[in-house]
Amino acid sequence: MTNSIEEIKNNDLLLVIGSNTTETHPIIGLQMKKAVRKGAKLIVIDPRRIELVKWSHDWLQLRPGTDVALLNSIMHVIVKQGLIDQSFMDSRTQGFEEFKDTLSRYTPEYAEEITGVPRGKIVETAYLYANAFTPGIYYTMGVTQHTHGTDNVFCIANLALMTGNLGRSSTGVNPLRGQNNVQGATDMGCVPAFYPGYQSVDLSGVREKFEKAWKTGLSARPGLTATEMTEAALQSSLKAMYIKGENPVLSDPDIQHTVKALKNLDLLIVQDIFLTETAELADVVLPAACFAEKEGTFTNTERRVQRVRKAVDPPGEAREDSWIISRLSGKLGYPMHYENMEDVFREAGKVWPALAGITYARIQGRGLQWPCPTRDHPGTQYLFKGGFPKKRAVFTRVEYRPSEELPDLEYPLVLNTGREQFQYHTGTMTRRVKAVNKISPEAYVEVHPEDARKTGVDHGQMVEVSSRRGSIRIRCHISPRPLKGTVFIPFHFKEAAANMLTNTRRDPVAGIPELKVCAVRLEPVKK
Amino acid sequence: MVTLNIDGQDITVDRSYTLLDAVREMGITIPTLCHHPDLSLFGGCRLCLVEGSGMRRPAASCVTPVQEGMVVQSSTPYLERLRKTNVELLLSDHPNDCMLCERAGNCKLQELAYYYGLREHRFEGDRRIYSRKDNNPFLQREMEKCVMCGQCVRICDEIQGVGAIDFAYKGLWTKVTPPFERDLDCEFCGQCVGVCPTGALTGRIWAGKGRQKFREVDTVCSYCGCGCILTLAVKKNQIARIYSRKDTINEGMLCAKGRFAYEFVNSPERLTRPLIRTAPKKDWQLNDSGRYAQVKPERSSTNSSGVFREVSWEEALDHIAFRIKEIKDVHGADAIGGLASARCTNEENYLFQKFMRAAVGTNNVDHCARY
Repeated sequence: MTNSIEEIKNNDLLLVIGSNTTETHPIIGLQMKKAVRKGAKLIVIDPRRIELVKWSHDWLQLRPGTDVALLNSIMHVIVKQGLIDQSFMDSRTQGFEEFKDTLSRYTPEYAEEITGVPRGKIVETAYLYANAFTPGIYYTMGVTQHTHGTDNVFCIANLALMTGNLGRSSTGVNPLRGQNNVQGATDMGCVPAFYPGYQSVDLSGVREKFEKAWKTGLSARPGLTATEMTEAALQSSLKAMYIKGENPVLSDPDIQHTVKALKNLDLLIVQDIFLTETAELADVVLPAACFAEKEGTFTNTERRVQRVRKAVDPPGEAREDSWIISRLSGKLGYPMHYENMEDVFREAGKVWPALAGITYARIQGRGLQWPCPTRDHPGTQYLFKGGFPKKRAVFTRVEYRPSEELPDLEYPLVLNTGREQFQYHTGTMTRRVKAVNKISPEAYVEVHPEDARKTGVDHGQMVEVSSRRGSIRIRCHISPRPLKGTVFIPFHFKEAAANMLTNTRRDPVAGIPELKVCAVRLEPVKK
Repeated sequence: MVTLNIDGQDITVDRSYTLLDAVREMGITIPTLCHHPDLSLFGGCRLCLVEGSGMRRPAASCVTPVQEGMVVQSSTPYLERLRKTNVELLLSDHPNDCMLCERAGNCKLQELAYYYGLREHRFEGDRRIYSRKDNNPFLQREMEKCVMCGQCVRICDEIQGVGAIDFAYKGLWTKVTPPFERDLDCEFCGQCVGVCPTGALTGRIWAGKGRQKFREVDTVCSYCGCGCILTLAVKKNQIARIYSRKDTINEGMLCAKGRFAYEFVNSPERLTRPLIRTAPKKDWQLNDSGRYAQVKPERSSTNSSGVFREVSWEEALDHIAFRIKEIKDVHGADAIGGLASARCTNEENYLFQKFMRAAVGTNNVDHCARY
């Protein structure tokens, strides 16, 4: 997030795109409701009638995967009506003139044809966003999990830049991170192209710095992303994988594909708190400690580094991940010696200055938001105050491109996947909680009443949902929530795993799979 | 700004203040059951009574705005008698369940009874007995213990925006209930449990896990990215309950997962020892050339009994180190990949990528940022 959670209540306009905030980020959802109560206007852009729609001023129900056309059209209106912030662009951006031309064909009429959103709503949204004083954009995987996910994010950035809606309190672009420490894992360099702190592995100066800090030679080749690793395993160029606290069998697209890839490895090490579906395929399984059993820090979606404290002992011989990693490292001839977790954190602060000012003592209470370069720095509540790190932000030309797999006669519906309120991700934790299972016992597919009538399925009946990858049997929920022609399946349930159906096609830049759009067929189960 | 005199001392406060705000700003404690600073004013419990010049009778300070020149007493023998009577009236219809009540020791009503020394009931009459129990899986609702403070009703409506409960019926039979006295069917965020001053609303999983002498540990929730601060109340190496303090970034609010879904920590299914595979991977077998090959069409496996053997840490780590070295020697370091975890700490993830880069020698390290 460029801004902070506590700033949400001071937004006067909230543009929520592809985020079912009240279910997936309930506490951020509360802040949004607070803003609406204070008089802010909320605009929801989502193909599903999510709960936030109840709170919205307007709801733009677009067809899945048409975000670029919609956002370009909103920008088209902003440019045409002269709602741009010229002084912001003059001082802080570049490339607007060349970029502007790409918008000319995205008239509201053209966008209505593609997205299904009435042109009037597009125009109104453009006016509301461009004229707001403190507008905030909020998005999650509904924007990114597409083969054009990066394009969608570029569009959002372009929109914020041309209206100067960045770098102020309560005004910015806010991706909401889906997991407790997904921000921290990325910050800490658990990404193939970057060392901790987004420092490129293929820049020789940077590499030398890390070679010196870690006292060993390092590889200059950027590594493989998670999805590329699956491919490489399938092609036998990757021989071993060490998976810590993840369950790709259920969370990655096309389960059969993932299982085949993981089985093809010579060595699969899985370190987790339960015998997950992934661990079942492992050659070695290592028992780890859960969040309540260790010391350390998590970084939340607003870049706030907060203290995690040990409350109970891990069961049996289960150990903290840090203990396991450093032991194993020693056995591979690279010993890691740390007195305690703060030692590790201090080392991270040495190689990445944005954390240098944070100590465990300073985050006893509320935590600090990076960048926090010095011991007396108060942390950074919102980013880009007074300027961008690269001086000028660049507009990126983006053209609309349909999703990879569109519905056809054989597979006439679009499948959307996501989370529901009570279960969490692959259910490793929540499905072992009795109360949660009572309230959310099984998988379901949300079907629009008209699609149900057409396919002849009833509410509560078991149906078969199939795609080109596989098929599952699942309970049918006839519901007004999905857009006509689309169905929704939460991906928490292994018995009817949504990812049996999803497509492995990826975004060319970010490597994110297209989990939000694939073509499926719905049939009653034949007796 | 407005200047007034409370208990003989002058104080100047903003004109938006209520008398209760002013009294509390002076550091004077005054009992309340129904007041909550983030919720609309209610004035129901009549415990925060004050008297003073210009007031014909004692007034509830929580709903009385400050006025210039007011002279107010927050505690007089008369006020204390009124307060005591009000508590007695609440107790006259309250079950004598403190021995088993989950909130004993942390109950505002019990504390007031203790303060006013109330053991016997002075008032006899009808008592509420509700035989119909709510069967929702998260919240224990014992409405006999309800003191009608209405905080749950207001927080559900005004903060959570759900409005799952409200007052129904009249007089003694007034009751906070979901529509038509059905079982509660809501988001189960438990905000209502957090504000309930008595044992009327508790968590079902709290039962029998201990209610006092907790060790309190502040930590961060391990579900979504909001980063809510949890206080784990720990007893005998077990999490007895979870709540959140008011002065946290989440303002004390939690969701159903953060507040109630911690049972997995003590699940008997937790992995407790390192395991090494003994059976070949399902549907795959070693062929003559010593490699796994597929013999049957694939199915995803669910049953794992007899597949692994429990080993010591030493054996497991030696085994891994040996195999990694072997693969690295034959195929190079880039034939090895690592997936870190968005669920683990910064420190663990830092060590993990350092392990992959420095010890193994590859940049093949990623995590689930894309799912």
